[in-house]
Amino acid sequence: MTAAKVGSAHNAKVMNRFELTKRLVGKLKRDEAVIGGIGNTNFDLWASGQRPQNYYMLGSMGLTIPIALGVAIAQPARHVVALEGDGSLLMQLGCLGTVAMRAPNNLTIVVWDNGIYQITGSQPTVTAFATDLVAAARACGIANSAWAADEDDFDRLVERALGGGPSLIAVKTDKEPGVGQTDRDPVRIRSAFMAGIGVKRA
Amino acid sequence: MSDAKTWHAIIQATLKANDVRLVTYVPDRVFTPLIRSLHDDSYFTTFPCTREEEAVGINTGAWMGGLRGAVLMQTSGFGTIANALASLAVPSQIPLVMFVSERGVLGEFNLGQALVCRTMRPVLDSLAVINHTVTRLDELEFTVDRSIKQAVATQAPVCFILSPLLTGGKVFRH
Repeated sequence: MTAAKVGSAHNAKVMNRFELTKRLVGKLKRDEAVIGGIGNTNFDLWASGQRPQNYYMLGSMGLTIPIALGVAIAQPARHVVALEGDGSLLMQLGCLGTVAMRAPNNLTIVVWDNGIYQITGSQPTVTAFATDLVAAARACGIANSAWAADEDDFDRLVERALGGGPSLIAVKTDKEPGVGQTDRDPVRIRSAFMAGIGVKRA
Repeated sequence: MSDAKTWHAIIQATLKANDVRLVTYVPDRVFTPLIRSLHDDSYFTTFPCTREEEAVGINTGAWMGGLRGAVLMQTSGFGTIANALASLAVPSQIPLVMFVSERGVLGEFNLGQALVCRTMRPVLDSLAVINHTVTRLDELEFTVDRSIKQAVATQAPVCFILSPLLTGGKVFRH
């Protein structure tokens, strides 16, 4: 297998997931909800500071974006950011079509694409060969989808995305491991998140 | 109140009575009249998903955001969501409301449906997810109404398996 280095990511700089997670969180000024995907995506979100509006998804690989879409539908006045990895998104690629169909104006998807299933031993994902997730997102109907060319471009894309939606920002990331470790208690994570976004249990 | 009502009218009214406003589904022939009626009712936000586990994720997010939902799927669709139940809805204590139109029994013509059907109740039971197989129209409203209330009060998923005895099922024509 030879890597086909073509597509819309040809000029994307390889950046660090934790550094960009911190940049992203630093731009959240309106109690935006952040839904963190399984594995290192979550670990870096956790390490960036445990905002009450953060949700750390454990186990259900592929469901970060669906969960974020559900929160966005339930709370249309709040912006929601989904942080997802390439391997996880590939497991539930159809959800991009569902997002495009619903077209929520309060949803941003950030995809960290390191081309590997990092947490299971760094086996390659198909994005390491010929699959371009931004092209896939556009083809699914999320017109506002782009690779971040560098850190400054990422900042610009995030600022634009937080003003509307749906948007998808993809980032080529390096192979550095996650910085922290999340709590492992699903009920505590869920309860804290619901309190953080103003929902009392029924 | 259920006199002369169809099974799908009863489900629609009972969802409404319980403030369930979001319905996500992967379609099924048996559910067609319910799906059509839900789409026509502006009380509900109703839309299809590309996979059943995606619908579970959306409903989980909606619940956390303060919106009650339900998922419609067929038996083979249930066969795809064991991990979403075991790693998300059950351990996170989400009152996920599932309706499954039962295939695989009472005249099934598709061997795959007949086989996957046999995995459904063992999966539900092994996760201790309360499930009711509804066969009678006169028990439908009570079963669904009380069980949704219990799901919310106890923060636990619930699954309604709608038997062909209730819905008529999908009929094999030569």
